[in-house]
Amino acid sequence: MDVLQTLSLIFTDYTLRNVALGAAILGIVSGALSTFAVLRKQSLLGDAVSHAALPGVVLAFILTGLKTPLVLMVGAVIAGWIGVTLVSLIVRETRVKYDSALGIVLAVFFGLGMVLLTWLQGQNNAGQSGLDHFLFGRAAAIVQSDVITMAALGGVVLLVTALFWKEFKILSFDGQYAATLGFPVRWIDTLLTTLIVVAVVLGLQMVGVVLMSAMIVAPAAAARQWTDRLSLMLILSSTFGALAGVGGAVISSLTSGLPTGPTIVLCISAIVIVSLLFAPNRGIVWGGLRGRRNRRELQQAMLLEKLYDASTRNNGQSQPVESLRFILSGGRLEDALGVLAGQGLIAPETGDRWALTPTGIEAARSLQAPGGIRSSTLFSNPKEAAL
Amino acid sequence: MTRQYDNTLPIQVEDLTVAYREEPVLWDVDVQIPASTLTAIVGPNGAGKSTLIKAILGLIEPSAGQILIYGKPYSEQRQQVAYVPQRGSVDWDFPTNALDVVLMGRYGRLGWLRRPGGKDRQLALDALDKVGMSAFANRQISQLSGGQQQRVFLARALVQDAQIYLMDEPFQGVDATTERAIVEVLKALKAAGRTVVVVHHDLETVPEYFDRVLLLNVRLLASGPVAQVFTPENLKKTYGSRNETVLHGIDGGSPSANGAKEANHGRVADAQPDLH
Repeated sequence: MDVLQTLSLIFTDYTLRNVALGAAILGIVSGALSTFAVLRKQSLLGDAVSHAALPGVVLAFILTGLKTPLVLMVGAVIAGWIGVTLVSLIVRETRVKYDSALGIVLAVFFGLGMVLLTWLQGQNNAGQSGLDHFLFGRAAAIVQSDVITMAALGGVVLLVTALFWKEFKILSFDGQYAATLGFPVRWIDTLLTTLIVVAVVLGLQMVGVVLMSAMIVAPAAAARQWTDRLSLMLILSSTFGALAGVGGAVISSLTSGLPTGPTIVLCISAIVIVSLLFAPNRGIVWGGLRGRRNRRELQQAMLLEKLYDASTRNNGQSQPVESLRFILSGGRLEDALGVLAGQGLIAPETGDRWALTPTGIEAARSLQAPGGIRSSTLFSNPKEAAL
Repeated sequence: MTRQYDNTLPIQVEDLTVAYREEPVLWDVDVQIPASTLTAIVGPNGAGKSTLIKAILGLIEPSAGQILIYGKPYSEQRQQVAYVPQRGSVDWDFPTNALDVVLMGRYGRLGWLRRPGGKDRQLALDALDKVGMSAFANRQISQLSGGQQQRVFLARALVQDAQIYLMDEPFQGVDATTERAIVEVLKALKAAGRTVVVVHHDLETVPEYFDRVLLLNVRLLASGPVAQVFTPENLKKTYGSRNETVLHGIDGGSPSANGAKEANHGRVADAQPDLH
């Protein structure tokens, strides 16, 4: 099946359309909330929430005997919320640190969930089959009513985020200052955490409890690479989440034997890797290139100044190449001199000697003026940014 | 006996004791800060200087005692008080620019669900101008120097247009331009009748920058006008006699305790504070 045919199936095939829509909603909502989770250094919160949600899902089924998505989601939200509340309680009332508290809650709740799930499977209750899909997620099981539930819940989450934008922003940047302004910081914190819990739970059916935490970290981590604005970061994060969600869910539902959760996570990981490597300013490749260019420009400026100093000492005479070997050795010296000559700053003379051109003298003087190194045109990016 | 609460007194601290775990950080502190003054809080590390400021702001629950702002609890007087936290208390890699951070100073007056508008932006730009930072309004905050970040925090407090300003070590590790800008702002605030309390580390500049001083080391050792209170004996009581080098700095003008200041590169225009 070629790609175009597959894509057209998203709009015509009932199952595939539901899968794609559900995954898009999941990606948009978790991407949006991941922005705040990552900026507040609560990346692992999603991990605790998703694992803590498992016993909630199983208990909701045991108590009601229903597998309606809304019922299971309510169970998951309650359990997830109890989990994060326990984490805050442990941090506040004991000397256990945040990461340890997350670890404890995650393990205890997930253990409880697995025990309940295994016990239920031994009960010969045919109705329970399918609950274990919550471990790794199953896209193909998504039906239209699931999509409607996800859309409604996701819509509420996004609406609340938009309404409390200013509050969430100031809480994330400087919570203590927000408190002095009179914002009920604890209340806003609880609201934001609750939204994160709902976002995590929205994705459980598709991605599963084990890997859902990735959707609360990765989209924002990737988005941060591309922008310095909070609003843009949230939009990008949602877009990345949706792309990875749809990509992963569609691939896994078209290929038999591919689990949904891991496929979605692999897609978002690919986006993260590309962002870490190639984003302008923050990307590794970009940073490496810039570092190399910076170093070369510094070496060239130093050569220029050395030539200038030497020629002022010697009444404007040209200088032999050998006198510059201390700054750069081997071919790198020739390369740097070549660049300077190409810029018309220096000119070769017979006997392997170099002299400054009038432009070169001008450039060397401006380099030596007060603050000259910061403002010199010899450097392609002004140094004042680092001031 | 009932105490008199003076509702013209900006800050009144009575019998304040604060403990984090078992150890008290502040013990039975009584402070009165009169209007239109510049007060420095000095004392050794761990003396409770920041804690006192945070207690006044209601960020820390006292174990005993009470704090009144113009005769009323802080919760009823928020609009009167602006806070400049320590620069290191936030992550400057947050995706936002200088103007946006200053705008946060307006959030308290906006109320729920409302976004800052054109008037707020104008006020924020004015505040940036007062600290010599208008050229950096759109600069990503991680690309500002430490001193510039400090001035952004100061502008954020100025935009609150409060009567009382509480600042936690605004001079810590800043360049000379920033130091001058902050001093200008302090003077302008005082001239406009505002009350300023600053946690300060550089003993040498206390007489130059402030008119009142509060010597703190868990207990309050002295407070009052600099000329009367800022004496070698009081400082010895505050810092202990071990710390002779610190104390010599004030008597004799020996090497500056703040000698690591960065040279001023003169890039930023001098601050022109004019407070209405």
